[in-house]
Amino acid sequence: MTDSSKPTMPGVSRRAVLAGGAALTASLFAPKGLRAQDFPTAAVNTTGLAVTDDTVTIGILHSVTGTMAISETGSVQAEKLAIEQINAQGGILGRKIEYIQEDGASDWPTFAEKAKKLLVNDKVASVMGCWTSASRKAVLPVFEQYNGFLYYPTFYEGLEQSPNVIYTGQEATQQIIAGLDWVNQTKGAKTFYLLGSDYIWPRTSNKIARKHIENFMEGCEVVGEEYYPLGHTQFNSVINKIRLRKPDVIYAIVVGGSNVAFYKQLKAAGIDMTEEKPILLTISVTEDEIRGIGGENIEGAYACMKYFQSLENDNNLEFVKAFKEMWGDDMVIGDVTQAAYLGPWLWKAAVEKAGSFDVDKVREASPGIELTSAPEGYVKVHENHHLWSKTRVGRAKADGQYEVVYETADLVEPDPFPEGYQ
Amino acid sequence: MFAGYSMGELTAIFAMQGFAGLILFSVFVLMALGLAIIFGQMGVINMAHGEFMILGAYVTYLVSHVFADIMPALFSMYFFVAMALAFVAAGALGMFVEWAMICHLYKRPLDTLLATWGLSLILQQLYRSIFGAREVGVTIPDWMMGSLPLTDMIEVPINGIFVMVLAVGISIAIYVLMFRSGWGRQVRAINQNRVMADAVGINTAWTDRMTFGIGCGVAGVAGSAFTMIGSTGPTAGQQYIVDTFLVVVFGGAGSLLGTIASAFSISQAQSIMEFFLSGSMAKVLTLLVVVGILMLRPQGLFALKLRK
Repeated sequence: MTDSSKPTMPGVSRRAVLAGGAALTASLFAPKGLRAQDFPTAAVNTTGLAVTDDTVTIGILHSVTGTMAISETGSVQAEKLAIEQINAQGGILGRKIEYIQEDGASDWPTFAEKAKKLLVNDKVASVMGCWTSASRKAVLPVFEQYNGFLYYPTFYEGLEQSPNVIYTGQEATQQIIAGLDWVNQTKGAKTFYLLGSDYIWPRTSNKIARKHIENFMEGCEVVGEEYYPLGHTQFNSVINKIRLRKPDVIYAIVVGGSNVAFYKQLKAAGIDMTEEKPILLTISVTEDEIRGIGGENIEGAYACMKYFQSLENDNNLEFVKAFKEMWGDDMVIGDVTQAAYLGPWLWKAAVEKAGSFDVDKVREASPGIELTSAPEGYVKVHENHHLWSKTRVGRAKADGQYEVVYETADLVEPDPFPEGYQ
Repeated sequence: MFAGYSMGELTAIFAMQGFAGLILFSVFVLMALGLAIIFGQMGVINMAHGEFMILGAYVTYLVSHVFADIMPALFSMYFFVAMALAFVAAGALGMFVEWAMICHLYKRPLDTLLATWGLSLILQQLYRSIFGAREVGVTIPDWMMGSLPLTDMIEVPINGIFVMVLAVGISIAIYVLMFRSGWGRQVRAINQNRVMADAVGINTAWTDRMTFGIGCGVAGVAGSAFTMIGSTGPTAGQQYIVDTFLVVVFGGAGSLLGTIASAFSISQAQSIMEFFLSGSMAKVLTLLVVVGILMLRPQGLFALKLRK
């Protein structure tokens, strides 16, 4: 897709038509603060969701205890910020958003149980939640059975498309292909060493990377591919293997505590990433992870994702400022945190376009929803429930931030079931 | 795999790989020594061992901040202070835990498993509440980072050398303490026959408390040292617990020499296989071999001959 016409606020007229004559005038004069009495509860909520005359309840479902709390805390903070901002603007269809937060406790069956509780007992109108693919897979049958609506923030391996989920992070091809092409074209990289933690996301992502390198990048090859168990903390052997193979690029998808060990040991082994011999390209290290790794240990590495805190556009400056005001000056914002922030806004836009909280109508309204106010810039919901978004490459600095060195000219189309990559 | 490489390159790689194996060995020894004392000598299955290590790591984190804020001139030396404080903090917590919980469970060794597992959950949540759920970054003094070029091609990580020296130092200290001091004799006596030791006038309660404290203190020092090579977060201790038990059980509970021998064999096997196979496969094969040997020798590599 070529960079498109910048749309204005999502479809005021269509929304008004759906809402009837009285709403027409009201919404034209006050596009931001829709009044609840123009949208009678009986009309906007025909399926018994938790919607009253002045509130609507949604769920937040992340791990705030257990291993994954490290990663998911940022998402919870971003979602609460978005909800607060939406409420300050008058809410959705004149109703304030209230939320019920449940803790998935880093345990996948707990996620499923809590999801059921939110949908069946609390009748929430939508859920912002999940982080790992495992937790999403666990709640998926629940959302499909009870017709809930989930906004899922993490970049992930793709190969999924549910009518009950909007994926606000990038799927694998969006994140991987642009970065590989970039390192090949601007740095002349020809040989790649693929490395990852041993579970579905790194393996699927490296599979896509390998297919792309071997089939679509001329003269390029993969000289090594390996996986280490989650929580592995000793990388000296693989560092020696990398030394032996002398790849142009180490393509690293190491996650969690392993990440910290990997970069510290890489530096201790005398591999200075600022010299780019080899270049380190990762898709798993956001600003959040750098805090644990230490900026001085990863300085010079490149990361490929859709959002960096250092992006300079008005939306992002405002977002970063608001986030720090709400959660403290020492906060950093990573890719997933930003994607989580989009969830409530995308849902608001979809509800207003549908003129209803009913899940079926929101789902129908979702494809084509555009956000011009996203911190990452303009995004749009694809028919396959993923987002069109730009992909960017950032270079890690010693202060723990990324300097954006490249961004795709156009939005990259989401392709969760990529042909030729499986 | 080795086609197209010069002899010099291969020698360098193998030398560095040998060194990687030794570093892994030292890491295993550091992880396991504290548990070898607690599990081996006292028979307490301490599932919270990793959390005591992480306490040491958090102490290091705090000390680094104190030095950076108050006396930046001495920052390059803070690590030694941090390790000493890590020993004290983890040891003190260990003695407290022994007094509050473990000492009631000596007659029920299997229950220590559940109790200490609960303790590990409590500690994890405590760390999370105090330091936040995210991992913290511990700034390591510059002289401890980077590598030491031995020849043009052979480079060894400085923090690896540091861990090795530390492992040797602590092993010697524990050896002296256990086998060359009156206190060590008491610990071993209690281990062999608690009732009899009590009868001949050894203060078993106090000796137990000290032993548990020292075991935890050593774990704290290990955790402090691991800030150089690993992550520091509320649940980071879980990364170490499996390997730690593996080393101690494989070596034969009760034998410190066995622990060291087992750390050596497991680390070498793993490091060599990691080089020739992939990481996950190396782990699988290492575990299979260990399981196989334990089936033939359930008491582990080295077992004390005891009259029970």
